[in-house]
Amino acid sequence: MTALLSLEGLTKTFQTRRGSVRAVDGLDLEVRSGETLGLVGESGCGKSTTGRMLVRLLDPTSGRITFDGTDITALPQRRMRPLRSELQIVFQDPYSSLNPRQTVASIVGAPLRVQGVPVAEAHARVREMLGLVGLDAEHAGRYPHEFSGGQAQRIGIARALVTRPRLVVADEPVSALDVSIQAQIVNLLSGLRRELDLALVLIAHDLAVVRHVCARVAVMYLGRIVEIGDRDAIYDAPAHPYTRALLSAIPLPDPVAERARERIVLRGDPPSPASPPSGCPFHPRCHKAESRCRVERPVLSRVAGREVACHFPETS
Amino acid sequence: MSAPSLAEGRAATPPPLGRSPWRTAARRLRRDPAALIGLGIVLLFVLMALTAPVLTALNGHGPNEFHPEKIDKALAGAPKGALGGVDGDFWLGVEPGTGRDVFSRMVHGARISLLISVLATGVATAAGTALGLLAGFSGGRLDALISRVMDLVLSFPQLIFMIALVSVLPEGNRTLELVFVMGFFGWPYVGRIVRGQALVLRSREFVEAARAAGMTRARILFREVLPNLLAPILVYATLTVPINIGTEAALSFLGIGVRPPDSSWGQMMATAMTWYQVDPMFFVVPGVCLLLTVLAFTLLGDAFRDALDPRSATR
Repeated sequence: MTALLSLEGLTKTFQTRRGSVRAVDGLDLEVRSGETLGLVGESGCGKSTTGRMLVRLLDPTSGRITFDGTDITALPQRRMRPLRSELQIVFQDPYSSLNPRQTVASIVGAPLRVQGVPVAEAHARVREMLGLVGLDAEHAGRYPHEFSGGQAQRIGIARALVTRPRLVVADEPVSALDVSIQAQIVNLLSGLRRELDLALVLIAHDLAVVRHVCARVAVMYLGRIVEIGDRDAIYDAPAHPYTRALLSAIPLPDPVAERARERIVLRGDPPSPASPPSGCPFHPRCHKAESRCRVERPVLSRVAGREVACHFPETS
Repeated sequence: MSAPSLAEGRAATPPPLGRSPWRTAARRLRRDPAALIGLGIVLLFVLMALTAPVLTALNGHGPNEFHPEKIDKALAGAPKGALGGVDGDFWLGVEPGTGRDVFSRMVHGARISLLISVLATGVATAAGTALGLLAGFSGGRLDALISRVMDLVLSFPQLIFMIALVSVLPEGNRTLELVFVMGFFGWPYVGRIVRGQALVLRSREFVEAARAAGMTRARILFREVLPNLLAPILVYATLTVPINIGTEAALSFLGIGVRPPDSSWGQMMATAMTWYQVDPMFFVVPGVCLLLTVLAFTLLGDAFRDALDPRSATR
């Protein structure tokens, strides 16, 4: 399969009062068409920044974004517009992402209006889309405040999918919802992805959600990918100490297994991206760190069926 | 009605349509007695101002007609008769010294007072909204520049500067001059509110969603952001009208408002100052008008604020 979207050396630097912060630091990534890629990591690791750069809501400081063979890194908004229908985003907070002064029909139809779809056709497509996300046609005339969080997120998903995009970035789509609703929305997203055959980049800190939905997983730490590969390879045998630590924090349903397993508790907080550590950015918290880690930054390299950026990867 | 038919009736009722924030607000307003009283008084005065020529035709006295027979020359021009010369012909008495009909001058004064204050509010609101949006939405240097200008205008002692400004302006249409001078000193108040709100809205995800959909900046500003600002703008504008009515009255009172022979409430009060011991009624008429309109607009503005606040409990 060819890459639908590829990132090369993507970097985003934010200027703050205390100096510049490198939120994303030389990211290389490919998303193939129709695949599901999970982007996981602690808060502040740059995953949301990456997601927003993918859909050109943020401009990268350097690097290249190629979508379907077109370099969109610096495409002006006017030329970007036709591509917007193929590249969409679902936001975290469903209420904040819906304009309180507009009806559902107007919100969901907005991307179609921008693309110049005739009113009657747009209307029909909005209705169809509302049906697909499990809302009634009569909801079209209502306003966001009349919906629950889960329903509101369905509206957000409908808006993202109404133009039938080929790639959707979902930025923490369920973390603002009640736990009881999360599964519904995750399943909806995952079902629609299959049905509409689109590529999904799921940004989440909930590893269980990512495991459920994504075929491929990328783990980010301090603006970089530390491990990327197929879901089973990563979840069953994580090679990077950071991935191991993250996975060991997932509670297991089986109490015997839960008690028996080794739990890796990370020391301290993630370092500030404003002053990243030398060498491997993970070394201050890593239990395997040696002198080499403090000096030399590891690059992604192929180990046991996945790519990992570590000098001493686990090879169990 | 029997119980089963009641239940059927309820089941047959179609599901409620989406209620827009505006419709919710209108419903709340209809249930708010203060809002209704305020609205009633405002409409009454607006109607009075609009029909001023008709009303003066009805009593047969133009606002600038002199009636020397109604005043007592021996008493330096004090009105003849009780309560400043009130009778069946002169409903609110006559002006001391000239004998002009107070009712006619009051309704024509309403025209000028309301026209100037509403137009000045319009100018301030339009300029404040445009510049506030620009500042809040563009950020950076433009924001800093506009914000400093707002601070500067707000730091002027306004009445003194208005007096100075109106005095040095070339002879022209005094009404228009007052509108623009009052508008000029009023826009930063609206501008600050709009800028603050725009800053908040700019970071809301629905603005990002609009950008992700490929909307142009202008469209995002006018279709996505502005509708969310209309409520606070409306509230502030409604509360600015009474302030402007007061300012216009103050300027006219100080002699730099409307030019004679035009009347305005402030100008009438200024004339009444010299007569208040002999003819207190002449003071009361414009005073009550001023009080009522200011009170009514304030009630209405407060009611708008409550009704448009999505956090307030009643739906």
